Amino acid sequence: MSRATPHATPVVAAPHAHAGNSISRTMGLVILALLPATALGLGQFGWPAILLFTLTIGATLATEAMCLRIAGKPLTVNLLDGSALVTGWLLAMSLPPAAPWWIGVLGAVIAIVLGKQVFGGTGQNLFNPAMVARVALLIAFPLEMTTWVTPEPLWSAGARDLQQGLAVTFAGQIPDGMTGATALGQVRTEVGRGVGLDEALAGYSPAAGAMGTISGSLGETSALLLLAGGLMLIWLRVITWHIPAAMLATLALLATVMHWVDPGRYPDAVFHLVSGATLLGAFFIATDLVTSPVSKAGQLIFGAGCGLLVFAIRTWAGYPEGVAFAVLLMNACTPVIDHYVRPRVFGRTRRGDPLEYPEAKP
Amino acid sequence: MRLFGIRGGVYPHDRKSLAANAPVAVLALPPLLHIPLQQHIGNPAAPAVRRGQLVAKGELIAHSQGAVSAPVHASTSGRIMGIGSFPAHHPSGLSAPTITLRPDGEDRWHQDIEGVPDPFALEADEIAARVAAAGIVGLGGATFPSAVKLNLRRKYKLHTLVINAAECEPYLTCDDRLMREQAPEVVDGIRIIAHALGVSRVLIGIEANKPEALAAMGEAARPFAEIQVVRLPTRYPMGSEKHLVQALTGQETPARGLTADIGVVVHNGATAFAVHEAIRLGRPLVSRVITVSGGAIARPANLRVPFGTPIQWIIDHCGGFKVEPARLVSGGPMMGQPLPSTRVPTIKGANGILALTAEETRTREPGPCIRCASCVFACPCGLLPLEMANHTRAGNLEGAVKLGLMDCVGCGSCSYVCPAHIPLVRYFNYAKGEMAARGRAKQKQTETKRLAEQRSARIEAIQIAKREAMAARRKAAAATKAPLAAEGPSEHRAEPPSKPRSEARDRAGGDV
Repeated sequence: MSRATPHATPVVAAPHAHAGNSISRTMGLVILALLPATALGLGQFGWPAILLFTLTIGATLATEAMCLRIAGKPLTVNLLDGSALVTGWLLAMSLPPAAPWWIGVLGAVIAIVLGKQVFGGTGQNLFNPAMVARVALLIAFPLEMTTWVTPEPLWSAGARDLQQGLAVTFAGQIPDGMTGATALGQVRTEVGRGVGLDEALAGYSPAAGAMGTISGSLGETSALLLLAGGLMLIWLRVITWHIPAAMLATLALLATVMHWVDPGRYPDAVFHLVSGATLLGAFFIATDLVTSPVSKAGQLIFGAGCGLLVFAIRTWAGYPEGVAFAVLLMNACTPVIDHYVRPRVFGRTRRGDPLEYPEAKP
Repeated sequence: MRLFGIRGGVYPHDRKSLAANAPVAVLALPPLLHIPLQQHIGNPAAPAVRRGQLVAKGELIAHSQGAVSAPVHASTSGRIMGIGSFPAHHPSGLSAPTITLRPDGEDRWHQDIEGVPDPFALEADEIAARVAAAGIVGLGGATFPSAVKLNLRRKYKLHTLVINAAECEPYLTCDDRLMREQAPEVVDGIRIIAHALGVSRVLIGIEANKPEALAAMGEAARPFAEIQVVRLPTRYPMGSEKHLVQALTGQETPARGLTADIGVVVHNGATAFAVHEAIRLGRPLVSRVITVSGGAIARPANLRVPFGTPIQWIIDHCGGFKVEPARLVSGGPMMGQPLPSTRVPTIKGANGILALTAEETRTREPGPCIRCASCVFACPCGLLPLEMANHTRAGNLEGAVKLGLMDCVGCGSCSYVCPAHIPLVRYFNYAKGEMAARGRAKQKQTETKRLAEQRSARIEAIQIAKREAMAARRKAAAATKAPLAAEGPSEHRAEPPSKPRSEARDRAGGDV
């Protein structure tokens, strides 16, 4: 076949090779890393959680598809890149497991429409879409967003069946005995009333907090499983260590210092690290590629800012949990950080002038 | 030896095993050679032969033109069939001035060709002159006339010669094979270059994926204390001149500057071999080793190819295509140029011919940027490719320049790692070309303005001079006439009345 007429191939500029990675691979790995913590959450909160989770992700994908159709963009390519799936997944993981169905659906619409598509779609949004939805829901529906059920694993004897799960999710019938405060909520209200920390946290075990067999958001409870997933993402080079390390170190440092100042008022670093959305936030939300800075130094600043804000909001502001607020506030800083914090260009000083070697001139 | 870190870079699959074990073979002569007059950076060479003339191998067929240029020699003996245009070894596929030679099959060297028994007795200028006359250019692909670089010693305080034998582009094995098979000759060329530059230290950088070449070069360089063969980590773009110098010496070349600014000159290993041939044997550069490889090539090979050989001839020699190639590339896959057709001839700068399959190029439709910063981490120059691409796409080229567009070496690492398959480096090459065009237009404008201003200044000066001359003449005339007027007041002249007189009259009128 070769000796025929001289060959002609398409003239396309270099490079003529590619690492083979893609957006859908990146998103797929994020989902994979989220799987263990998700499985635990769905298992221990049972049918209501499974229903809410499915519904939220379904609504997210449906909303994305609708927006793409309105924008006239090709459906399959954009849906298959997995970014909407990750958004819906993270949103579902951050919701209270027994929240009513419309919380999930409304959250999905807010995340996709207001959080992402109004900016122009994938890669264009300034704020993390899942956190935009979570904060909007928290402010608009504080009751539904702070009704926490205690774990009731699918495999336990008295677990609710599908029918009871449907009643919780679609009819809002949550049995009174099933609700309770999260550890962070407990500290917030009790210490706010002047009760000592020891008393407020009576019966709290950091080990249970780390394992995740406590009440809390659907997928946020297990610090250890989230840590494992996050480390996997770093190992697979989907994210770098800078944001999580800076965020967790700043939070731990502040908690340690304040705990040392007044152990009766301020919980220690371990409590902060294993409670609430700390680890989900550090490894999966603050590291959202689109909304975080692109330089390593910028990522350290961003992470440290997140840690600082999480601690400040948890300790002194009106909300018991501050990860979503902290990430959104730092998202707003990302363009500024990217503008001022840039890598040094080869052959130039930090200020951008060419390096000088006066001794080399004869 | 202690190596220094370089920033960024990528680790592409090197695919060198395709051709690495094929010894350098000599290619049979094609029926016609199409030898372009421009095979280097700088001015094209000017033809020195006539149609129908018989030439010997190595005979000058085109003179170099100006300070940055290189002559062209006959790749074999034969008859000049014509001096005209032929499709160039260039993506455009446009024709360029080319001399067509029909080999006579004897492959007879020119009788005047004679080497120098002891190059180290030669003056540096003499070596540079001989290298220039041999038409040697940088064979790593840049094709900058090598003699110009040898003359850098006049303007810079040089201390180190770095030999770039990293061969960091995937697929390419031509330098590897040359070093394995002819290490003593390469080292001899290196020593001649070092002698000409007057440097006391030579570092030969070879990537770790070429253990045989490392061993052969180490063996050949053992007798010479000033030469050190350095094993480099396998990372693209280790062979980027300034990054190689940084990895070996720890010194960073200033932006927009030359490695000579920090006392280092870089030459390619294949160039050193060409210098050896030119000085020791007197042979000008008429052929080079190229790698023919890629998934679509039936029998990948390393071949010594006379310049002007049509690429189709080379591919046929390698058994043709076993599958339909998706891309035909001159050079490596990271920075190589696409070739529009297999009709084009080989030139001095082409170190590889790759026929790549679709699986190898992994081309995809570009998607949206997700700001993952892979490109930022991959960039060896510390740039922000995603931001530069955004500015370029928006037409804000000045913004891209501010972000360091002109410091981009075009290595393609950013495009290689982009998960959205955005052709980042293409944006930058476009922007650089556009900025260069704008620069030329602006220079033309300022030059036109300067000339126009000069012209009007000149015209004004002429007019002033004319006026002054007229006034002077008038004055002179007045001076010669004044005595005449005094002699005869009755004489009536058509001269304007002198001022005092008219003023007196006006005043008188006013009084009335």
